[in-house]
Amino acid sequence: MNLQLVLVALGVLAAGGFAALVAGRRGRLALALGTAGAVAGSALGLVAAGAQLASGGAVAARAGWRPPLGSLTVGLDPLSSFFLVAVFLVAALAAVYGAGYLRAHLEAGGRRIGAAVAAFNLLVAAMAGVVIARDGVLFLAAWEVMTIASWVLVTFEDEHESVQRAGLIYLVASQLGVVALFLLFALLRRGAPGFEFAQLAAAGPPAPGLAAVCFGLALVGFGAKAGFWPLHVWLPDAHPAAPSHVSALMSGVMIKMGIYGLLRTLLLLGPPPVWWGALVVGIGAVSGLAGVLYALAQHDLKRLLAYHSIENVGIIALGVGIGLLGQSRGDAMVAFLGYAGALLHVLNHGLFKGLLFQGAGAVLQATGVRALDALGGLARRMPVTALAFLAGSVAIAGLPPLNGFVSEWLIFAGAFRGGAALAGGAGLAAAAVVPALALIGGLAVACFVKVYGVVFLGTPRTGAPGRAREVGAAMRVPMVLAAALCLLLGVLPVVAVGVVAPAAREVAGLAAAPAGLGGSLAAVTAVGAALVAVVALLVLVRAGLLRRRPAPAAPVWACGYVGVTPRMQYTAASFAEPVLAPFGPLMHRTVHALRPATFFPAAASYEEHVGDVAGERLLAPAARRVLGVFARLRILQQGRIQLYLAYVLITLLVLLTWQIGLAGR
Amino acid sequence: MTGAPDVLLLLVLVTDLFIVASGRLKACVRATAAQGVLLAALPLALWVPRGDANLAHVVVIGVGALVVKAIVIPSRLLRSAREAGARREVAPYVSLHVSVLMGALLVMLSLWLARALALAPAAGGGERAALLVPASFATVLLGFLMLVARRYAVTQVVGYLMLDNGVFIFGQRLVGAVPVLVELGILLDLLAAVFVMGIAMHHIGREFDHIDTRALSTLRD
Repeated sequence: MNLQLVLVALGVLAAGGFAALVAGRRGRLALALGTAGAVAGSALGLVAAGAQLASGGAVAARAGWRPPLGSLTVGLDPLSSFFLVAVFLVAALAAVYGAGYLRAHLEAGGRRIGAAVAAFNLLVAAMAGVVIARDGVLFLAAWEVMTIASWVLVTFEDEHESVQRAGLIYLVASQLGVVALFLLFALLRRGAPGFEFAQLAAAGPPAPGLAAVCFGLALVGFGAKAGFWPLHVWLPDAHPAAPSHVSALMSGVMIKMGIYGLLRTLLLLGPPPVWWGALVVGIGAVSGLAGVLYALAQHDLKRLLAYHSIENVGIIALGVGIGLLGQSRGDAMVAFLGYAGALLHVLNHGLFKGLLFQGAGAVLQATGVRALDALGGLARRMPVTALAFLAGSVAIAGLPPLNGFVSEWLIFAGAFRGGAALAGGAGLAAAAVVPALALIGGLAVACFVKVYGVVFLGTPRTGAPGRAREVGAAMRVPMVLAAALCLLLGVLPVVAVGVVAPAAREVAGLAAAPAGLGGSLAAVTAVGAALVAVVALLVLVRAGLLRRRPAPAAPVWACGYVGVTPRMQYTAASFAEPVLAPFGPLMHRTVHALRPATFFPAAASYEEHVGDVAGERLLAPAARRVLGVFARLRILQQGRIQLYLAYVLITLLVLLTWQIGLAGR
Repeated sequence: MTGAPDVLLLLVLVTDLFIVASGRLKACVRATAAQGVLLAALPLALWVPRGDANLAHVVVIGVGALVVKAIVIPSRLLRSAREAGARREVAPYVSLHVSVLMGALLVMLSLWLARALALAPAAGGGERAALLVPASFATVLLGFLMLVARRYAVTQVVGYLMLDNGVFIFGQRLVGAVPVLVELGILLDLLAAVFVMGIAMHHIGREFDHIDTRALSTLRD
């Protein structure tokens, strides 16, 4: 029943998208139809997936018609239902926001909105398809549709050259990842009668060597989508290039499809050895640290947020690694904590990253500026956006009482327990998560202090933020809703853990959730409630003190210096400099500075550029080498028909000799 | 190895090597015409003495081959070579000596392959000509050699014609098994293809003042 409802929801999404496509040039109509389809479909799907998740069972169905190689088999189990909840929740919020965002785009004279609206609905439907697919061929088909639909959205503003470039890099990276997935499913298929997951599972887990190869392929193929270091290079280009509601959807849930695929593959690969867990922990730590460090160095708001997605995928990988370590050593509690933390962070990150990208989109729309150092003072002009963005910032920094804290806390708990309870290298790897996650969390706090301080506090640095106005209700409501959900999950971790527990049990292979979490969850609730109370109290006190007293605006006291301008505030770069300085050797920073040298300096300037080490030192040289090899192959391509005929002749002679001349011996 | 068909096939091999070895365009085309005559005689020599094949069928094939391979195409080739003002030499990529050497090697390879190839007994008396299969292989491969090693379009067409001749020889095993209509269809195809090539050569020659295929290589990416 729930499965059928989900399929109906997909139909509604597709119908809305198709209607938008047909409406085409009539932008407002297309937007209304598409958004209605997206919201209705997502809401229906959310209800169905939630009901299935609550029932805790697994269902599957197969269509009568079989496409070549595969079959149209779909199903819902706790893992799928959980990811569906995340997809539909973020999608519904993003669709409402997108209606407001694209309306402004239309009013500004934008064109070609039908295809973008249709692609948005298609992307949501394709993600749901990936999650419910129970057949390798169907899974890959949905996966490719997801890639194409998101590519259409990334290249929405394709009049900019940077957007074209971002789209190309995204497409190439996705296709490279899919190659690994094709290999993966071809290997998994060995010994099974078909590509259906049930058949693959019935054929038993592959031999250890083959399983290791499959695991490696899954890490590459799904990691490219999720944004594991060093396969993340497409992400910081593609996410900022897309319209903000699409960035929210892509960063919030689409990259999590990589996590879903990895977990689904792990279910087919049998019990994991210890080194898998250690490897995933290593990947998570590197991704998390690299993501947050590069985020600190960014000067573009959306690009910064994109790097934070890499960081958060790293945190999720840390959780998955803990889960694998616990599973390999048979420790139910550690495995449960790791997977539950990872899955909860999937949902949490979807919520707060969606919120942050929407906030960034609101700032971008109100000011037209993405450079951090041109903004400032927006909290007074856009109070709702500022408050929602603040909630998102606290959540992504992993601070109580918001939801980011709960998932990171689960992962911490798993790491501490694993470090103490697991024997040998597994314990060491689990213990290594603690400092890595702590460092990531601390740097994330620094980064969002920088972002919030530079963008929303202080005074406007240029004219654009000075003229900003709050965005419309269609854009404000989703942000406020997301912020409220973040707070709810943060204060009531029992609810959050209840949502992820069935899926975490399924991945960890446990019959029941291990007992003994209730007490610490209650403690989290108490701390969260206390914090909320303290903040509320402080706000009330401040309001009481300021009542009946004017709060005049006056120039800043600068020790008698009178030439103060708004540009003499802390800049993003100057705030990040001391934090980044110790990590300088790890990053590819180039600084062009003209420092004031004499007592009466005339001109001074400072410019810094941070290149991505993975892209510039690792992938670009590798790509150049591959291109060099292929360029050498062009020697075969001379343009002379005689030469091509000679290739045919040589092939013919070799085949004749081999197949006839030598076969008879 | 002593029957009339084998003598004919031996002569076919000689014309093959002559075509590969000849440095003059006209001689090359005339040898092709001679090969066409030999091929026209081949079905008669193979099937008439046995008397079990449909005589009309064999005669139609022979006459068709004579008309197409020995008369129409060679005369057409000579004309277009004249029209296009092609020079008298064949303009080889590979020198004539090396061509002959490679041709000889290919003939040896054909003999070896024909022995290794375990063919089902032919529908009729194919077996009475021991050289049938090797000669057909050799003609195909030497035709290919002409395609690869020569520069002018006329010699390309000669190579293409030799390819078809090789297939024609091989087809003699199947006379009686294949309806005459199919064989005539193949001949007609060949004729049409050669006419298309002739027209193309004509246009290339008029456009560029030569029919040197080297100039076409600038079309590559």
